Amino acid sequence: MAETRPLKRIVATDCGSTTTKSILIEYIDGEYRQTVRGEAPTTVEKPLNDVTKGVINAVTELEELARLKYNDPDITFIKDENIWISEKEDEGVDAYVSTSSAGGGLQMMVTGVVAKMTGESAERAALGAGAIVMDLIASNDKRANYEKIERIRNLRPDMILMAGGVDGGTTKHVVEMGELVGAADPKPRLGSSYKLPVIYAGNNKAQDIIRETLADKTDLIITDNLRPTLEIENLGPARDKIHDLFMEHVMAQAPGYNKLMSWTVGPKNGKLENIPIMPTPAAVGNIMQTIARKNDIEVLGVDIGGATTDIFSVFTKERVFNRTVSANLGMSYSISNVLATASIEEILRWVPVDIDESYLRNMIKNKMIRPTTIPQQLEELVLEQAIAKEALKYAFIQHKEFAVGLKGGQKQREISEAFSQSLSGGSIVNMMTLNLLVGSGGVMSHAPRRNQSVMMMLDGFLPEGITRLAVDSIFMMPHLGVLAEISEKAATEVFEKDCLVYLGTCVAPVGKIKPDKVSLSAKIELPNGDVFEEDIKFGEIRLIPLGVGETAKATLKPGKGLDIGNGKNQEIETELHGGVVGLVLDTRGRKPFVLPMEASERIPLLKKWMLALKAYPEEFLK
Amino acid sequence: MAQAYSPGLTVSDSIVLIKDRILPLKGKVLVKKGDKVKAEDIVAETLLPGKVVPFNLANKLSIPPELVGEYVKIKEGDTLQKGQLLAQTKGFFGLFKNSVKSPLDGEVENISKITGQLLLREPRIPVNIKAFIDGVVVDVVEEEGVVIENKSAYIQGIFGIGGETTGNLKVLVSSPEEIVDENKIDESCKDELIVTGSMASYALIKKAIKVGAKAIITGGIDDKDLKKLLGYNIGVAITGHENIGLTIVVTEGFGKIKIAKKTLELLKRFDGHKASLHGITQIRAGVMRPEIIIPIEFKEEELEVPEAKMASLEIGTTIRVIRQPNFGQIGKVTALPEELTPVESETMARILEAELENGEKVMIPRANVEVIEE
Repeated sequence: MAETRPLKRIVATDCGSTTTKSILIEYIDGEYRQTVRGEAPTTVEKPLNDVTKGVINAVTELEELARLKYNDPDITFIKDENIWISEKEDEGVDAYVSTSSAGGGLQMMVTGVVAKMTGESAERAALGAGAIVMDLIASNDKRANYEKIERIRNLRPDMILMAGGVDGGTTKHVVEMGELVGAADPKPRLGSSYKLPVIYAGNNKAQDIIRETLADKTDLIITDNLRPTLEIENLGPARDKIHDLFMEHVMAQAPGYNKLMSWTVGPKNGKLENIPIMPTPAAVGNIMQTIARKNDIEVLGVDIGGATTDIFSVFTKERVFNRTVSANLGMSYSISNVLATASIEEILRWVPVDIDESYLRNMIKNKMIRPTTIPQQLEELVLEQAIAKEALKYAFIQHKEFAVGLKGGQKQREISEAFSQSLSGGSIVNMMTLNLLVGSGGVMSHAPRRNQSVMMMLDGFLPEGITRLAVDSIFMMPHLGVLAEISEKAATEVFEKDCLVYLGTCVAPVGKIKPDKVSLSAKIELPNGDVFEEDIKFGEIRLIPLGVGETAKATLKPGKGLDIGNGKNQEIETELHGGVVGLVLDTRGRKPFVLPMEASERIPLLKKWMLALKAYPEEFLK
Repeated sequence: MAQAYSPGLTVSDSIVLIKDRILPLKGKVLVKKGDKVKAEDIVAETLLPGKVVPFNLANKLSIPPELVGEYVKIKEGDTLQKGQLLAQTKGFFGLFKNSVKSPLDGEVENISKITGQLLLREPRIPVNIKAFIDGVVVDVVEEEGVVIENKSAYIQGIFGIGGETTGNLKVLVSSPEEIVDENKIDESCKDELIVTGSMASYALIKKAIKVGAKAIITGGIDDKDLKKLLGYNIGVAITGHENIGLTIVVTEGFGKIKIAKKTLELLKRFDGHKASLHGITQIRAGVMRPEIIIPIEFKEEELEVPEAKMASLEIGTTIRVIRQPNFGQIGKVTALPEELTPVESETMARILEAELENGEKVMIPRANVEVIEE
C-alpha cells in the first residue's frame, strides 16, 4: 500500500501514566500535517483496568473534532470498539501507532564487570531502549556481594540486562555476577506468574555457563556481546532484545495491552503489519536521531516532566546518540527532590525578589502533594521556573557525565591531537558545536510567555556560540518517533511544520573577560531593512525581534579573547534564524557564567536581564 | 479537560471499607472467611528467605576453584550449623590439613566450581500481617492473605510519615485554627492518637514522642520542622517507612493551615474512640494517601459498597482552594466559564468563579480546587 499511494490518515497515541494523548496526521496538498488532537485519562489502573478504554476515549475525541473541522459527520475512526484500519482510501484510517509509558514505563537493572566500561555500555543500551535504570551493579562497585544480592532481590525490575567481559576474555567475573543474580532469585515487578526476563549480552565464552546458572531460575535470553572488544560498543542487538521483551513480557502483563498490541497496525514493506508499541522515550530518541541525520546537525532535547527529566542528544560527526533519565528530577511529583539535590540557595539565586525560605519550602512540598495544581500568582510562577532551571542544570550535568566516549580502549591519535587535552572517556557534549536545542514538558511548553521558555533554556543549559532554540508545541515527539517506523517522510514533515515551535537563536560568546569590556560586536541586518548595530559589553542581554521563518544577515565579532564558534577573536558572518521570541544576544558570560550570591548585587542583575528578555511583566520587575 | 480539578480527599462519617491484607510472599492464612477480627489480630504469617551470604571457599582453602568439588563436605540444600565442617583439604601425608567451617546457621544454596564460591543462606525470618482494622473477614486469598471489611468513619490525609498504628483518639483543640502548645502534651497522651489544630510544631512533635503518643493528626506541618525531625529532605513523596517514634497524618498541607471544619467535627464526634491510622503516602502512579479509620457498629448486611461516583463540579458545588492565594479557604462555585482565561501569572487556564466563606468573590484555576462532597 505504501508503494501505491501515500498514507492518507494516521492516528497515533501516547499512553502516559496519567493522560493518553492522541493526534491525527493527514496528507493534505502533497504534505503531511498534524490536524487535530485529543486526550483522555489513561485507564490502566483501577477501576477500569484496561488501557484501551482510554485510547478509545482519546481517539473518539479526535473523531469528533475531525467531524467538526471538516463538517463531515461520516468521518469514522472507530468501528466495533476497535480502531478502524482500512485499506480503502475513503474510510477509517491507514495506520494506527502508539507509544507507552503507563505504569511507570520500563524499569531495568543492569550489571557489568567494570562499572565504567561494560557497566556503562549496558546502561547506555538500556537507556537508549527507553528504560529507567534502577541500578547498575558491577563486580567492582565496592558493595559487598551480599549487599548486591539484597539489592537485586529488593528492586523488582521489569528485566535485567547483563554485560561483562570482552569476547573470548576471562569469564570468572561475569559468571560470578550470574551467580549473584541467581542467588537473589529476582521476581518481576508486575505479577509473580512469570519468570523475570534476563538478557545476557556479555563475553560469548561464558554463554554456556550463564545458561547453566540462570536458565532454570529466569527467562534467559542470550544475545551478542554489547562490548565485543574494549574499542567497540555494539548496542543494537541488546536494544532490540529489550524492545522485544518489553512487548512480550512487560506490556503483556499490563491490563489491556494485549488488545492494544493487536490494534497497532500499519503498512510496512508493502503490506499491513503489526507495528510494535514503543516505550515513549525510545520513540523520542528515534525522532531526534532521524532529524539529526536528515538535517546533518547536532541536537540536544529535553523533556522535563512531573516525575522525571529526560535528556536526549546527538553529537559528533558520527551522530552518536545518548539518552539519560534523571528519574527524580521533575516539576511536580519530584519537585521536592530538586530542592534536595540543589540547595535552597541555588534555587533562590534565580528569583528576582526577596522570598522567605520557609515559604519556598512549604510551596515546593505543597506542589509535591498536590501535583496537578498550577501557579496562579506570578510570584509562584517565577519560583516554579527558578526550580525548573535547577532541575535542567542537574539533569544536564548527569547527561554530560554519561554521554562520553568509550573508556578503557586504546585510542588511536593523530599528531594534531597529541597536544590536546581530550582523554578517552571524555564527554562528547559540546555546547559550542550544538545546532539545535529543543525543550518540552509542561513547564517549558506551557509557559505563559515563550520568552520564559528561552530564559529557562539559557539559564539551565548555558548554550555557547550560536544555537537555535525551539519547543515541542504539544509534546508530539513520541508519536512522531513511532510514526517514523512506518513513514519517515510523514514523521519529519510534521516535526518541522507542526511539532516544533521555533523560538529564535541565541548568540553567546565564551571565555573570560573583564566586566567593563566589549563582549560582542554585532551588526544584524533585519528583513525589514533595519540594522541593529552595537558593541555589547559583558553582562548584558539583548532581544531583537525576528519572526518565524525569517532570517537576518549577521556579522558577529567576539570581544578580545572570546569565542563564538570560529575560535578566539574570530569574526563570524552568518544567517541567524528567527522565531516567536527572536534573536537573543547573551553576553552574561560562559565558562564561566557567574551569578553573585549576594542578593543586593544579584537581584538588580536578574531584573535587568529579565526585563531585556521580556520574561515577566515590567511592573513586577520594577 | 472536564475533570481538570481534584476530586478531593474523602472525609465521611460512614463508609464501607475494604482492606486487602496480603503477605509479601506466600505463607499461611490464620483466619477464615466470616471470622470477626480485631485490628491487633495476626491474620497471616510466612517465613521470608534469609540473607544470602557468599563465601569464597576456594580462597579459604587456597586451591583453584575447579578443585572445590573434591574437598567439599556438604551439598546444595543441606542444613548447616555454625561451626560445621564445610570442606577440608587432604593435606600432606594426612598432615597440615586445611579445613573451613560454616560461619552461620542456615542452609547451602549453591556451590560453584567455576568461581569457587559457596552461597549460604541464613535462617528464614518470620513475618506476619495484622488485621489493622476491626472488621470481618470477607474473603481469603489462599496462602496469601485476607480481605477485611467494616463500616467506618473515615478521613483521608494529604501526606503522612510513619506506618500503621492503632489507639484512641484524643482531640486537643476546639477550633480548626487553634495551635496546640507543647505544654498541653502530657502523660495522658501516652498511646493516644492526638489531634492538634492548624499546625504541629517541632517542639510539640518531640514532646509527643517523649510521652509515648502513637500518632499526631494535624492540619499543617512546616517543612523545616519535618527536615529536622527526619534528618533529611524528603525528595520523592513515597513515605510510610520512617521510624521517628510515632506516625503523623497531615490533613491539609505544608505551612500553617487550619484543619478542615468537617474533618475536625468528625474527629471531635469520635473523641476517645479506637481508630487505626497510617502515614503511607505515594503520589505517583497508584496513589496512596494516609488514612484515619474509626470503626463503627454495623450489621453484616450493611456491608454493601455503593457504586463509586466522581464528584462533579457544578454551580453551587462546595470547593476548597488548594493553592495560593486563599489556600485552604472554602467557597461555593458561582460560575464555570468555558473559555480559557488568563490568571495573574498570565497562565491561560480553565477557571471557575467562586464566593469564599468570607464573602470575597474570586477567580481560581479549576486545577487549584478540590470538590468537597456534602
